[in-house]
Amino acid sequence: MAMTDNQTRFQHDDDQVAVIIGSGAGGGTLANELAQQGIDVVVLEAGAINTRDDFLADEWASFSQLAWLDPRTTSGSFRLAKDFPNLPAWIVKSVGGTTVHWAGASLRIQPHEFRALSEYGKVEGANLLDWPVTYDELAPYYARAEDRMGVTRTNDIPGLPGNNNFHVMYAGAKNLGYECDTGHMAINSQIRDGRASCQQRGFCFQGCRTGAKWSTLYTELPAAIATGHMELRPQSHVANIEHDAQGRVTGVVYFDANGDQQRQKARLVAVAGNSLETPRLLLNSASSLFPEGLANSSGQVGRNYMRHTTGSVYATFDDPVHMYRGTTMAGIISDEAHHDASRGFVGGYEMETLSLGLPFMAAFLDPGAWGSDFTGALDQYDHMAGMWLVGEDMPRESNRITLNADVKDAFGMPVANVHYDDHPNDIAMREHAYRQGSAIYESVGAKNIYRTPPYPSTHNLGSCRMSQRAQDGVCNGFGQSHDIPNLFISDGSQFTTSAAENPTLTIVSLAIRQAEHIGQLMKEGAI
Amino acid sequence: MPSTSLSRRTFLKTTGGALVGTLAFASGPIALLAPSRSWAMPLDVLGSHDGEVLLQVTKHLFPHPGLEDAVYAFVVKDLDRAAEAEANRTLLQGGIKALDDDASGDWLALAPDDQYLRVASLEGTPFFEKVRSTAIVSLYNNPLAFTHFGYQGEEGDKGYLYNGFSDLTWLPEPPQPANGYMPGEVPS
Repeated sequence: MAMTDNQTRFQHDDDQVAVIIGSGAGGGTLANELAQQGIDVVVLEAGAINTRDDFLADEWASFSQLAWLDPRTTSGSFRLAKDFPNLPAWIVKSVGGTTVHWAGASLRIQPHEFRALSEYGKVEGANLLDWPVTYDELAPYYARAEDRMGVTRTNDIPGLPGNNNFHVMYAGAKNLGYECDTGHMAINSQIRDGRASCQQRGFCFQGCRTGAKWSTLYTELPAAIATGHMELRPQSHVANIEHDAQGRVTGVVYFDANGDQQRQKARLVAVAGNSLETPRLLLNSASSLFPEGLANSSGQVGRNYMRHTTGSVYATFDDPVHMYRGTTMAGIISDEAHHDASRGFVGGYEMETLSLGLPFMAAFLDPGAWGSDFTGALDQYDHMAGMWLVGEDMPRESNRITLNADVKDAFGMPVANVHYDDHPNDIAMREHAYRQGSAIYESVGAKNIYRTPPYPSTHNLGSCRMSQRAQDGVCNGFGQSHDIPNLFISDGSQFTTSAAENPTLTIVSLAIRQAEHIGQLMKEGAI
Repeated sequence: MPSTSLSRRTFLKTTGGALVGTLAFASGPIALLAPSRSWAMPLDVLGSHDGEVLLQVTKHLFPHPGLEDAVYAFVVKDLDRAAEAEANRTLLQGGIKALDDDASGDWLALAPDDQYLRVASLEGTPFFEKVRSTAIVSLYNNPLAFTHFGYQGEEGDKGYLYNGFSDLTWLPEPPQPANGYMPGEVPS
């Protein structure tokens, strides 16, 4: 029986429902929070339902099952434009969105990172800004999100047991004077909230078959359905958002599983399609009243796209590691996450273990490579440890999502083009992170060190950012668009700056806070 | 009859060959699992010579000492599948013919170093890129390769919690609480 079989259904012409586009960390959480308040919600999800039983312990097969493979294009000087020109992002098209694929790291953004412009000062070639929300304002929502998601090392939840990849990182971290533990993870270390404890399968990216890892697929979405106030419509691909003569949104046009066009009326619309699809949808909704796209009086829709400064370090050792056994992100070092401009860059970065199976290691270790240097690395696959470096990247107006009128999706809509140039700050930080990551492994006797370039982006941020002043961004501190009171941004697109931390916990916290605000606005009759 | 000879020619042209071989490493991990030392990989579109050239080209691109030809044959199999599309067939057979024509008709007869130089000089060509991009997936995405390289693939599905996820012995065990807790274990 599908999770949607007995759900409440709403009429297409019901103009009192809140329509949420996307069912991932932002959309799925917002849907549940609104439904719990008794607000009627329709969630339109472009992907199909894949349940835990459907997930595959096979990297390429799972990629075909879950990844968003609709066409996209790239431009700019970032290496992905060369390595994976049509796959700028590695995100999910399936019910639950990218919470199906994420590794579970749940770190709070640091207080100073909410004030990036004030703390770092103006950085040339960057469009830094302070968030219109402070750490203290968000802290209670972080606490609720951590409890909801069952984040380890919070709420008296023990840390996950460390795997082999963690053991190598830990030893190196100690040699360098770093602190290191198995991290704050939204993965059950013990049975909690009706979900199993982690069995250390090593397939976090392929969907968690035991449900130990938090995903909206089997937490928020069924909880929302159970209230009788939420209808989930999978395989519903929204093409554009409609508005009335007063400039308020009135509903959305979408294509259903049969490719038939449908129209759902709405009291309000919340967009949570990830930072590529969210601005694309606003831009594709241009009208005579809003010729530059919805919520775009500032011209900032699509701009300030961020993807974190990333890279990986893999190292080989005399003795076996078998890094693929157990949680993908098994250990975290935060000692370089602070801001210290004397390192030659502003902002900071996290170091987090990462492992790939043999098939993906071949694909991502050094895309395009061949020859004996490359095969020499794979020959040592079972003696390899690895980490991912993830740090704050600079928002830039020119790093942006635009419509590519020359390439259309299956429904004839222009696809997103992703343009990105690394800022000198990004390059300096990546170099520092590569060096420190290498030093960690060298200190435990690494034979060979491999610097792996960024994967297709899993952290897609900005592009519809929050700002105090309407001319600086797209939405306010509650994700409400500056231009259209009943249009909300509910995913990582809201981020004013990227901060160093994995974004999901913050997306969930913002969604909980936004839901409270929407409930208040509805009571006041403001929307 | 002309039509018969035409169809016979077409038949000969499009009926595939096969790659056959013997496992080279009698005590290797693959041989220990294999039911016999002989292996064969039938091809549907490409001929045996095509297959042998592609196998050798792949070995030059992705040299792994000790990796059985039977694993490289998975790449040839996927190229054979791709060759069902005419554009790919033309590309692959054109690339093979060019290698042969440039080597007095038989590139395979050249010394290995000479073979390598001629393949390396093709970097960036559509033929080279087709073989490389196919191999980067096919060579490392099969159970024989998993066995050879020490990746347990879908064995992980049942979980490593009680089966080796933290069996590393060459470094000291990290202390708790940093190292976390097993399910049911109560932090003291």
